[in-house]
This record gives sequence, structure tokens and C-alpha cells, in this order.
Amino acid sequence: MAAPSIDALGQFSLTTGFGQFGRALHFTNSNEAMLAAAVIITGVFALGLQARALVPGRMQSLVELLYEFVRNMCVDTIGEEGLRFFPLVFTIFSFILLGNLIGLIPYFFAFTSHIAVTLALALFVFVFSTGVGFYTHGFRFFKFFVPSGVPGWLLPLLVPIEIISYLSRPVSLSVRLFANMTAGHVMWEVFAGFMLLLTASFGVLGVFAAIVPLGLNVALAALELLVAGLQAYVFAILTCLYLHDAVHMH
Amino acid sequence: MRRLSTATLLALAPSAAFADTMPQMNFHNPLTLDQVGWMAVILVVLYLLLSCWGLPQVGKVLDNRAAVIAADLAAARQAKKEADAAAAALNATIVQARAVAQAEVAKAVNGAKAKAAAEAAALAAALEVKLDAAEAQIATARAAAVAAIRPVAADVASTILLKLTGIQPAEDQLAPRLDAALAARKVA
Repeated sequence: MAAPSIDALGQFSLTTGFGQFGRALHFTNSNEAMLAAAVIITGVFALGLQARALVPGRMQSLVELLYEFVRNMCVDTIGEEGLRFFPLVFTIFSFILLGNLIGLIPYFFAFTSHIAVTLALALFVFVFSTGVGFYTHGFRFFKFFVPSGVPGWLLPLLVPIEIISYLSRPVSLSVRLFANMTAGHVMWEVFAGFMLLLTASFGVLGVFAAIVPLGLNVALAALELLVAGLQAYVFAILTCLYLHDAVHMH
Repeated sequence: MRRLSTATLLALAPSAAFADTMPQMNFHNPLTLDQVGWMAVILVVLYLLLSCWGLPQVGKVLDNRAAVIAADLAAARQAKKEADAAAAALNATIVQARAVAQAEVAKAVNGAKAKAAAEAAALAAALEVKLDAAEAQIATARAAAVAAIRPVAADVASTILLKLTGIQPAEDQLAPRLDAALAARKVA
């Protein structure tokens, strides 16, 4: 059996990057992609802020577009108080967006496909928004788990449900992003593997048959581009929503 | 939806595809958690860069643009106000000029009318004088003519009487009858 097997999950394997330095400090290949994302974001800002023109050029438009998009998201979702969290939301949004997009490039690592990464981000958002809730409302924040306008005898049932629903936020937040990115990359790899299998097994006929999974992968690329943007947006807007709950308690 | 598709994919994909467990779930590998530590470092640096430098700078650019646009709009509004005022002043001037011109025209017309009337009056007066003179002349001529009639009439009457009767009428007999005849013909 010389036919290649499909290794759909090998792309997610962690190794160390940056040679000797990475091995010593456990700087992984996913951290390389994170660093690339951070450098690209900073670079886009540096380029966009070069002219500071009244009529913006392309890069400046891009930066302003991102800025106003996330700013409006914060203000619309959280309210005027949301501006305090704007840099945080922007950092998270741009980091995840760039991570998703970098992951789409062949041979680049998609760090958002790692549950450890997304769970860490989600837990940070969860702990932070809970902290904001207690900082803003003190112990009255516990009333968040007591739905208003509900008959008293229902509360023993509803309060645990509310608490479980609140505690499941980081799980859904992290799994959503992780699963979306993993699924897309696995499908890509599987279809690409099919192409190799077909060509290896059926010769010339297989080469022609391989056009089908190739076409699927092209379509999938468009879908993944959409998912990359959408999931970053979903993560950011849910972060805003949780912060809204923490600030307004309803 | 997408989460479901992962699940189905994981269930349906050939087992060969998952020779090993998912690397994402391999928490025995220290790198799995080490990447989170480095992510924290990278994110903190990125957050500081964005919150202290990038985002405020973009905000400043946007604020500056909004201020410039507002200032331009205010200037445009001011200019419009001034233009409106200028137009109003122009209209007022035009109206005033028209009134002045009309007054001037009326004055000229009245002056011409007065002058024409005066000339007509003077002409009429001159004509009146001439008329009076002519009438006086006529009256004189008439009086002279009338005065010339009586001796001729007396002469003719005495001549006729002499030829018819052979008697030279007496002057005092002839005179009253002559006067009566002349009065009857309204000559005297």
C-alpha cells in the first residue's frame, strides 16, 4: 500500500518555532502565528497612521473602517460605557480575525483551532466580564441570576438554570470558535487528501476525478473566508454582550 | 450548524484520518498550555500597543476630520448668511434706485409739462393781444365806414329828392329821417 493516508489532524500538531530559542522557551508554531497576527495588526496601524490624511488612503481607510466597526459594535451593544472596553474588544477581535485569516494560508498554523487557545480567551472574557459585574454592582450582581417578574416558587428551579447558563458561556464561546476552525481545516485536508488518494489509486482517471474535491476545496475556501470573519465577529459581539450584562444586569 | 458538522465529520470520516487523537486535546503535551502563556504575553503587548498608541491615534484622526468637517460646514453656513445679506442689500439698493429713478422721471415729466403749459399760456396771451388789436382795428375801420355812410346817404337822399321833386330838402328835415333809417338798418 503505497497510497498516502489522510492525516487530517497533523496540521494541528504543536511544535516549537524559532529554532533553538523556541525549543528553550517553548515558543510554539502557534505562537509564531500569534506573533505574526500581532505584527500584522501593528503594521497595518503603522501604515494606516502614516499619512493621517483628511481624505484617507487605502491603508488609513482600512484602519478607520476596523476602528469604527468595533467601536460601533461596542457602543451599540454595551452602550456609551462600552468605550472603556473598546481597546480590549478591538484587541480580541483583531487578534482572532487575523488568527483565522492567517490559518487559511497553506502551511500557516491556525491557532484559533486550538481549544486551549480559544478556551483561554473565553475564560478571560468570562472572568473579566464577571469581574466588571461585581466591580460595577458589588454583591448585587448576584441578582443577575434571579430573573425578575417570576413567581417565587419557580426560583429554586430558575436560579440554578441561570447559573448553569452563565457558567456555560465560556464553553460555548470557546467551542464555537475552536470547532468552526477545526472543522474547516479538517474538511480542507480531507478533500485534499482525497485528491492524492485518487491520483495514487486510479492514475490518469484519478487525476481527472480529483477535480471534484479540488472544486469542493475552492468553494470551501470561500466559505472558510466567511467563517473566519464571522467567527471573529461572533466572538467579539458575544464579548460585548457579556460586558453589557455585567454593566447593565439585564 | 457548524458545530454539528464537526461532529458528523468526526463520526463519518474514515478512521484512518484520525490515526492519532486530536493534537488539540493532547494536554500531555506541555506545548498545548505553553502556547497559552506566550499568547498572554503577545496579547498584553498587542493590547498595550493598541490602547496606548494605535487606537487613540486613529481616534484623533477621526475627531480631527469631524472637527474640520464641522468647521467647514460652519464656514459655509456663515458664507451663505453673508451672501444672503449681500443679496438682500443688493435688492434694497435696486428698489431704492428704482424709486429715485422714478421720482426723477416724474420730475422731468412734470417740468416738461409745466414748461409746455407756460409756453402755451404765453402763446395764448400773445395771440389774445394780437386778437384784441385786430378787433380794435376792425372796430375803428367799422366806425370809420359807418361814419362815412351818413354823408353819402344824406347826399344820395337829397339828390334823389331833388331829381324827383325838384325841391332841395332842408337839412333839419332830412337829418331825423336819415338817422331813423340808418338805425332801422342797424348801421349806426
